[in-house]
Amino acid sequence: MIEILQYEFMQRAFIAGIMVAVTCPLIGIFIVLKRLSMIGDTLSHASLAGIAAGMLWGFYPFWGALAFSVTGAIAIEKLRKTFSKYEEISNSIILSTGIGLAVVMIGLAKGFNTDLMGYLFGSIAAVNSQDIYIMSALSLVIILSVIVLYKKLFYIAFDEEGAQISGISVDFLNIYLTILTALTVVVSMRIVGVFMVSSMLVIPVAAAIQAGTGFIKTMILSVVFALISVVLGLILSYYLDIAPGGTIVLLSVLILLIVIFTKGIKKEK
Amino acid sequence: MLIELVNVSKTFSDGHRALSNINIKIDNGEFVFLVGPSGAGKSTLIKLLLKELEADQGTILINDKDVTRMKRKDIPFLRRSIGVVFQDFRLLHEKTVYENVAFAMEVVEAPAKDIRRQVPIVLSLVGLSKKSNLYPSQLSGGEQQRVSLARAMVNGPSILIADEPTGNLDPDTSWEIMRNLSEINHRGTTILMATHAKEIVDAMKKRVIAIEECTIARDDKKGGYGI
Ligand SMILES: Nc1ncnc2c1ncn2[C@@H]1O[C@H](COP(=O)(O)OP(=O)(O)OP(=O)(O)O)[C@@H](O)[C@H]1O
Ligand SMILES: [Mg+2]
Repeated sequence: MIEILQYEFMQRAFIAGIMVAVTCPLIGIFIVLKRLSMIGDTLSHASLAGIAAGMLWGFYPFWGALAFSVTGAIAIEKLRKTFSKYEEISNSIILSTGIGLAVVMIGLAKGFNTDLMGYLFGSIAAVNSQDIYIMSALSLVIILSVIVLYKKLFYIAFDEEGAQISGISVDFLNIYLTILTALTVVVSMRIVGVFMVSSMLVIPVAAAIQAGTGFIKTMILSVVFALISVVLGLILSYYLDIAPGGTIVLLSVLILLIVIFTKGIKKEK
Repeated sequence: MLIELVNVSKTFSDGHRALSNINIKIDNGEFVFLVGPSGAGKSTLIKLLLKELEADQGTILINDKDVTRMKRKDIPFLRRSIGVVFQDFRLLHEKTVYENVAFAMEVVEAPAKDIRRQVPIVLSLVGLSKKSNLYPSQLSGGEQQRVSLARAMVNGPSILIADEPTGNLDPDTSWEIMRNLSEINHRGTTILMATHAKEIVDAMKKRVIAIEECTIARDDKKGGYGI
């Protein structure tokens, strides 16, 4: 353990991982309660188009991911209004557009390389200090927003109509939460990879919902679960020399199963 | 005039006509029952007042402000001046009685000092001072409705709208709610209540507006429920 922390790239990976483990459940809990679990997938595919654009035109892919996922977030909200009776269509449209653009641009950029693989499946070695600065700034925005807007977001998640009637600007906050989700996706993609960002938004929260009671407890517990998955996942992937995204997500699934299992045993007693 | 509807009509996007050419004036301090058969358009009328739905014709004035022409960003402020109670209480189950009521002030960013002062006042108004630390699941239906009444009143609205507030309650409990509403009305809050409770409407001798087939069939100063 001490040994791997001697490497600077491992230190950066752990710092990045901790930001992922804190921001994902913080946003994920609202996403799950609002039954929008799909949105993480959509936004990560939008950000993939941004990464591909960066590789094709030679700008830093991180900025591409940020621009595309935030644009995708706004587009989802606009489309949601257009298809008010079939809201989930807006997700499918943005997801398809994102993956379509990504595939075309990857093709034009002449195919796969290790950089791209890092973005798809997560990477320990690829996190540089510039990434850390951007991720810290985004994480700060996410965490402060949740602290400031916590009560309103809570009310909207549990009773959207009631929140609206009591005078909360629900429309604005819904768009804002989607944008925060886009930021969270960008914070996470470096470590867990585009394909598995959505799982990090949902699975630790799912495990915490199974285990905990109150809202705050669920929130704290989901952060704890995410931290365990990320830290162990990074260590494992270092020793096994594989991309960290898969190990992190599998560990969080394992935690979910353990929680469900122990809950089952408790019930039988 | 506190509430004024002039030639208001509402047709839903599927072509279903819910309200046609409605004219209503409600003065400060009135207590008004809104009655009529199921599907007559009572809840639709309430949603128009809260701007949850848009009227497609006519003008709605609340406190002399034209609601129909209000900008999106001003809607939350309109809603803060109106208290609303529903048939199904809609309390937050994780929060105690006190927290549920305080929450309505917290989300509109009321100062903590005002919250500490105001919440006990409305809780005693509805007779729940002793139960302020219980959770909704520990309360009877009538008590839960009184919590939502306290929550609707805590920001000091000039109008209280209640859509079938006694719809889920037995007659005795319904009367408790009505006593609370009367008390609130005596203190100066205007009340608009949609209901099917014939006995209550007949006994209270308040103004009754009856909606039938999308239009106002009757508007009596001291009316009864009708058939
Ligand atoms: N969103 C909607 N789209 C289409 N039609 C609707 C919509 N909402 C309500 N309606 C219709 O409008 C009519 C009036 O409904 P409303 O809910 O206002 O009736 P109500 O008087 O409140 O009835 P109740 O006493 O049963 O509550 C009904 O026929 C209803 O089916
Ligand atoms: Mg109704």
